[in-house]
Amino acid sequence: MVKINGEEHDLAGKTLAEYLAAADCDPKRIAVERNGAIVPKAQYGETVLQDGDLVEVVRFVGGG
Amino acid sequence: MWEVVELIPTREEWNRALSGRHGEELQNRFSSAAVAICGLGGLGSNLAICLARAGIGRLILIDFDRVELVNLHRQQYRASQIGRYKTEALAETLREIAPYVELEVHTVRITEEHAAELLRSADIICESFDDAEAKAMLTNFVLETMPDRYLVAASGMAGLGSANTIRTRRVTERFYLCGDGVSEGNGTVGLVSSRVMLCAAHQAHTVLRILAEEFEV
Repeated sequence: MVKINGEEHDLAGKTLAEYLAAADCDPKRIAVERNGAIVPKAQYGETVLQDGDLVEVVRFVGGG
Repeated sequence: MWEVVELIPTREEWNRALSGRHGEELQNRFSSAAVAICGLGGLGSNLAICLARAGIGRLILIDFDRVELVNLHRQQYRASQIGRYKTEALAETLREIAPYVELEVHTVRITEEHAAELLRSADIICESFDDAEAKAMLTNFVLETMPDRYLVAASGMAGLGSANTIRTRRVTERFYLCGDGVSEGNGTVGLVSSRVMLCAAHQAHTVLRILAEEFEV
């Protein structure tokens, strides 16, 4: 299982880009941290999620 | 009658007053720090004033925009400053508040092409943009290419929701995020000064805590 923003998902083997598309996340408005490190935007497509991964997707909203 | 200039304390008096409040060791950390503020709207203008008052040594102020009437409900500008660049207007205000703060002013839109140059000398980088894509761009840029810096970003502070939902999270070791995470600026109420100030205060406080080496939230 992969924990994303605190929730368990059965996503081992999928890429981060596949998850983001399915979750309707606009890649231009997010930052993704995986196991304590930022995932470079250029690597979303090649980042394969693994059992035990801890992922946080930070979604930015407008206003400031 | 007296002249205003006579009322401005000397640098020594200024430093003594700050050290008296914060303690000498902490004040030395504040005064030797350089903090970049990216975006001088509701977040950035409040944040800059907080940090200048605390005696941060150098502030790097970056914004491309001018002061408009519709900014005045939440941003720290004055009616007399409408039409001026925010960088220049805020620098003027900051010099009145804290005459010895060193200011580096850049009237430009930050892009990935020149962000590294603009932020090169900053110990801590504050993301205080209005636009969600700009927030994400700067956050990814700093975390990917400047991993030795601290980033204090903000997301979600619009509306009249509870003040108590504005908080600070430590997302990774050097990435802090302030706000409620969800309240967008395009709702019916929009951005309200008090809640934006709360979020800016969270950011400013996080900067001061990092400098004090209090890294937990």
